[in-house]
Amino acid sequence: MTVAASDLDSDRTDRQRWMRVLALALPDRLEAAWDAVTDPPAVRTLRPPEIGTAMVTARAGGTGARFNLGEMTLTRCAVAIDGADGTTRVGHGHVAGRNRRHAELAAVFDALLQDPAHQDRLERTLIAPLAAEQEAARHETSRRAAASRVDFFTMVRGD
Amino acid sequence: MYVAVKGGEAAIDAAHAQLADLRRGDRSVAALSLDQIRDQMALAVARVMAEGSLYDPDLAALALKQAWGDVAEAIFLVRAYRTTLPRLAATRPLDTARMVVRRRISATFKDLPGGQVLGPTFDYTHRLLDFALAAEDEPLAEPPPPAEAPLDPDMPRVTDILGADGLIEPESDPDADNPDAPVPDLTREPLTFPAGRAMRLQVLARGDEGFLLSLGYSSQRGHGGTHPFAGEIRMGEVEVEIIPEDLGFPVTIGTVTATECQMINQFQGSKTKPPQFTRGYGLVFGFNERKAMAMSLVDRALRAPDLGEPVVAPAQDEEFVLSHADVVEASGFVQHLKLPHYVDFQAELDSVRRMRRAAETGEGADS
Repeated sequence: MTVAASDLDSDRTDRQRWMRVLALALPDRLEAAWDAVTDPPAVRTLRPPEIGTAMVTARAGGTGARFNLGEMTLTRCAVAIDGADGTTRVGHGHVAGRNRRHAELAAVFDALLQDPAHQDRLERTLIAPLAAEQEAARHETSRRAAASRVDFFTMVRGD
Repeated sequence: MYVAVKGGEAAIDAAHAQLADLRRGDRSVAALSLDQIRDQMALAVARVMAEGSLYDPDLAALALKQAWGDVAEAIFLVRAYRTTLPRLAATRPLDTARMVVRRRISATFKDLPGGQVLGPTFDYTHRLLDFALAAEDEPLAEPPPPAEAPLDPDMPRVTDILGADGLIEPESDPDADNPDAPVPDLTREPLTFPAGRAMRLQVLARGDEGFLLSLGYSSQRGHGGTHPFAGEIRMGEVEVEIIPEDLGFPVTIGTVTATECQMINQFQGSKTKPPQFTRGYGLVFGFNERKAMAMSLVDRALRAPDLGEPVVAPAQDEEFVLSHADVVEASGFVQHLKLPHYVDFQAELDSVRRMRRAAETGEGADS
């Protein structure tokens, strides 16, 4: 699914790209990355993790009228982190499911990634490896599916 | 009329205790974990999510465990839990053309861009019980080897390919100029008739699989027949995006597994439309192929009035179908009959006695 993913990436901002990677990541990975942050900054909670739902919409026939398919669970969180440069950066986490800590860590890293003092290192040590793993997992899923790719032959009657 | 009763608290407590005890079953047998249910009863989980109208595999697994595996009861539990959650967002419409496909087949075209992929299907199995699974130490089979190359990432929907020559009716957004137009929502507004296609699709997506399957079957057998072909069925993971109010731009929140069915149907044409193929659509949370197919059959049948077709069969009757498709409502109304109706019945009993007396004396038999 390389092409589909990079197609999506091409019209995404850096922030959308890392927020996606953080949302798709396993929470344990983000926890480990947070533990590895030396001298972690103080995190102020603007909106504590909140569990709710998102109504999933779709389109009739894939391209037609919008309709409500059903809801999914969603957890959101917002935090603020004061950078060493005196700028306060607000981070948002919106993650599928009901894992409060996942939403919180996604928000924390979203704030840190906006800080030039952290961005390069986190892109290199967290976002890039996670993105590569997520891409590899999609690739693997697709290769497994491809093993059952089939060619049907039409039998001509009367031969 | 239902008149409430009081009393019976101790008996009810004892009944609940029995329920919990029998749910757990023999204590010498290991308890089921939610992980086991989620991963090894995945199709039951999918059904609970679809009809519970809430995508959350862990919650669906919990509901199944609590409900002794009773799918309808588990759906009820999920629906009840959903009402406790605030609605935080509506997602952007799922783009199923970008699905990471695990299964994709067409019964109408054998050669399609991207190819046909069987995926994990029960089709072509012999339906023989596999007693190897009964062995307690079932050997952990290695996953089957993957192909060298992944699938073509370009997997256009079959209906989009054919739509290009006008042989299939186009499916375009009536609100293309107004992307913020409200979408009717069954969870926030009552069902009224005519419901319209968007409301119908929501009702069908969360509707009872058995009911929709039988209705779809009835349409195939001639009760409102639509000459269907499975144009395409696909299953896989679709990314979900929301546009948070605080941010104003789309962000991915995760993925959902979904099954989509595009049914295409012969159409003779009408005064306003040329002969062409028409469409029925099915989209369901999870790997839920039978439901997606049934939904697409019923969606097409319900489009009869829009296409100028006579409404002659149950599957085409919007009010009949939509009013009876919900398993929680149907189960609740049927099952409420077993609750105490003593006052009600006493009144009926008096009434029957009066009528009998009247009949015996030959007086007022017609009243």
